[in-house]
Amino acid sequence: MRPARLTLLTAVATAAALAAVTGCTEKGADADGDRVIGVTATDDTCEVSTKEFPAGHVELAIENKGSKVTEVYLLFPDDRVVTERENIGPGTRQRVTAEVKAGDYRIACKPGMRGKGIRQDVKATGGKAVKRDPRLDEAVAAYRAYVQTQADETLPKAKAFAKAVQDGDVEAARKAYAPSRIGWERTEPVAESFGDIDPKVDVREDGLEDGQDPATDWTGWHRLEKALWQDGKIGDREKELAGRLITDLTDWQKRVGTADITPTSMANGAKELLDEVATGKVTGEEERYSHTDLVDFKANVEGAEKSYALLKPVARENDPALTRNLDKQFAALDALLDKYRPDTTSYEFTPYDKVGKADRKELSDAVNALAEPLSRLAAAVVK
Amino acid sequence: MTDGNAQTPSRRALLGWGGAGLALGAAAVGGAVAVARAGDEPDAGAGAGAAVAFHGAHQAGIATPVQDRLHFAAFDVTTDDRAEFVALLKEWTEAARRMTAGRPVGEGAHGGLPEAPPDDTGEALGLEPSRLTLTIGFGPSLFDRFDLAGRRPEALEELPRFAGDNLDRDRSGGDLCVQACADDPQVAVHAVRNLARIGFGRVVVRWSQLGFGKTSSTTADTQTPRNLFGFKDGTRNISGTETDRLDKHVWVGKKDGPDWLAGGSYLVARRIRMHIETWDRTSLQEQEDVFGRDKGEGAPVGRAKERDEPFLKAMKPDAHVRLAHPDANAGATLLRRGYSFTDGTDGLGRLDAGLFFLAYQRDPRTGFIRVQRNLAQDALNEYIQHVGSALFAVPPGVRDQGDWWGRTLFSQEA
Repeated sequence: MRPARLTLLTAVATAAALAAVTGCTEKGADADGDRVIGVTATDDTCEVSTKEFPAGHVELAIENKGSKVTEVYLLFPDDRVVTERENIGPGTRQRVTAEVKAGDYRIACKPGMRGKGIRQDVKATGGKAVKRDPRLDEAVAAYRAYVQTQADETLPKAKAFAKAVQDGDVEAARKAYAPSRIGWERTEPVAESFGDIDPKVDVREDGLEDGQDPATDWTGWHRLEKALWQDGKIGDREKELAGRLITDLTDWQKRVGTADITPTSMANGAKELLDEVATGKVTGEEERYSHTDLVDFKANVEGAEKSYALLKPVARENDPALTRNLDKQFAALDALLDKYRPDTTSYEFTPYDKVGKADRKELSDAVNALAEPLSRLAAAVVK
Repeated sequence: MTDGNAQTPSRRALLGWGGAGLALGAAAVGGAVAVARAGDEPDAGAGAGAAVAFHGAHQAGIATPVQDRLHFAAFDVTTDDRAEFVALLKEWTEAARRMTAGRPVGEGAHGGLPEAPPDDTGEALGLEPSRLTLTIGFGPSLFDRFDLAGRRPEALEELPRFAGDNLDRDRSGGDLCVQACADDPQVAVHAVRNLARIGFGRVVVRWSQLGFGKTSSTTADTQTPRNLFGFKDGTRNISGTETDRLDKHVWVGKKDGPDWLAGGSYLVARRIRMHIETWDRTSLQEQEDVFGRDKGEGAPVGRAKERDEPFLKAMKPDAHVRLAHPDANAGATLLRRGYSFTDGTDGLGRLDAGLFFLAYQRDPRTGFIRVQRNLAQDALNEYIQHVGSALFAVPPGVRDQGDWWGRTLFSQEA
């Protein structure tokens, strides 16, 4: 699931504030002034300095003049997120960049970081398409196909899980639970880019927003996980939620192929999958009732490895030392994970509550060893 | 800004043109900016904001003046590739060279490629060098790797068990350590954080400790700082100007062996938990008896001033000073550089607090081990417990721009 919205580390906020006040210009910001869109957010307005800008590299220069912490989104017309910046404190400035194609977009400010936000329609004009290595277009196409396949293969597994729940068969449902999540976990950043699906299918109880009632508003896999493992029983509500899970996943399957995917988003998605591992799986928070965290862990790593493999031909030319290191760290993490499954063709892993503190640290260390160089993949691809 | 070359301004100089940055920096620094003057040369003896020279015959952070704050980290090595580890030592040296001069790591914290995370994590931007020193040490277990067994100093053996030890494995040992001291805690934490980040994939943090109040001084004419028991301890510490005592008690000599360690030292780190609450209920008389000093001035029993020579026989037989004094330990003298720590509370409503003891010496066998054995009868033991322990061989200083941490150990030309 999407990590809880933590308050930005004070240190980071301070650094950003310093960058703003010392007047250092970000790369590209000064050369092409019309690519910078000023966004002034207050508690009840969201002013933009221009409603039309050339397609290509754009930068939102955000200033929060309100009294509430805000967040600013650049959205596609269907509410998919192009880019976003959260946790913008009162009186602070932030910058965020994106590559946009010509078309209609919306900029939304969310004072208090909730609700649909105050919106402004904007337009990217012209066709200054970013010239790109054809191998990267192939990589994007191949990744799009992969994402679709993952969704297509997930549906039957999810249906088997839902059927077991609807049959009231706790044992069968427990068995079908983790396998039903693998395709989702492999491609989670793409699903998350839609914004509305993840909170329906993969939210944890603590991830519910203020005002949401766990009894009526909590849906998806983890709600059923709690029923199956903690409560050990299936009632009418669970049967209903199993049906809803299939409805929501079918929606995902239909839409996922249309997601906006770029080489940069693939590379960042790979890093985000490792972030998911670092914040949710290594700690045992994701699957706190079923303890099937290592299944998700493996799926996250596989998804990251897929993106990497597709981007590698270009990345290797630009930064061979980086790809050598990534090859090594992926192999090391895969080998380490294999220690937790007797059969390397199966996804039956040691339950995470049986993984001791020292072993968890070893897993965490291996994640750090991979995620740090992986955070440099995007730069190696666009270089 | 790009800070890729040596011509770029230090954090100190930046303060001149970052008006609002100054305000933010000062909030964290706590007034240390007062000493900033354009054109200051780094000077180890200067005020709280200055830079301490990184290059020298000995590593900084030992005999140089003690700063206010500490972040100490022990690392374990995860790579089996010697060349990879040596590359890390070189990258660390370069990062340390920059950070101690008040400059950010690599290409800096902003202004680089928007698609890549910045090289430097950024939280020290706008802060002064804050007398940051970074000191590296090698633990006994490092010598089980990289065919180093033959180069392991004889004195670098795991410390023996001492009476009363209750050591937590997860807060003990380590293949290597970095001691980061600075007058601004954010500068010290920034340094360790960035070194750990550079190290991912080659080393992992095994444990780390923050310290907030220095408990020793290496400056001759300053008052001895107090520990969390409210006492001055170690009033006759070796000062940075006492070259004879440093050569005799702290620096490993050319004839001591091994060659690679000449000009280096040994560092003992002990996490000593203090039973704060029981101590606070102890009568003044007993507190003073336990230490063998008066609480106000810090003078030894029967004397007037803290630095007056103690008359050991006037003290109770189990008084701390009496048992720890060089005269009771065949002359054994340590250079102490410890810090107080408080890691919140212990879940039982008590402070998890104490002394993070750091001591440098020429040979631990005739230094810390000798003294600690003698402390088995120490009256203070009722109020303390040693819960973490580590020993490191501290290589000599990085001589110049071309030199790197550990070169004498890893390079054959040494």
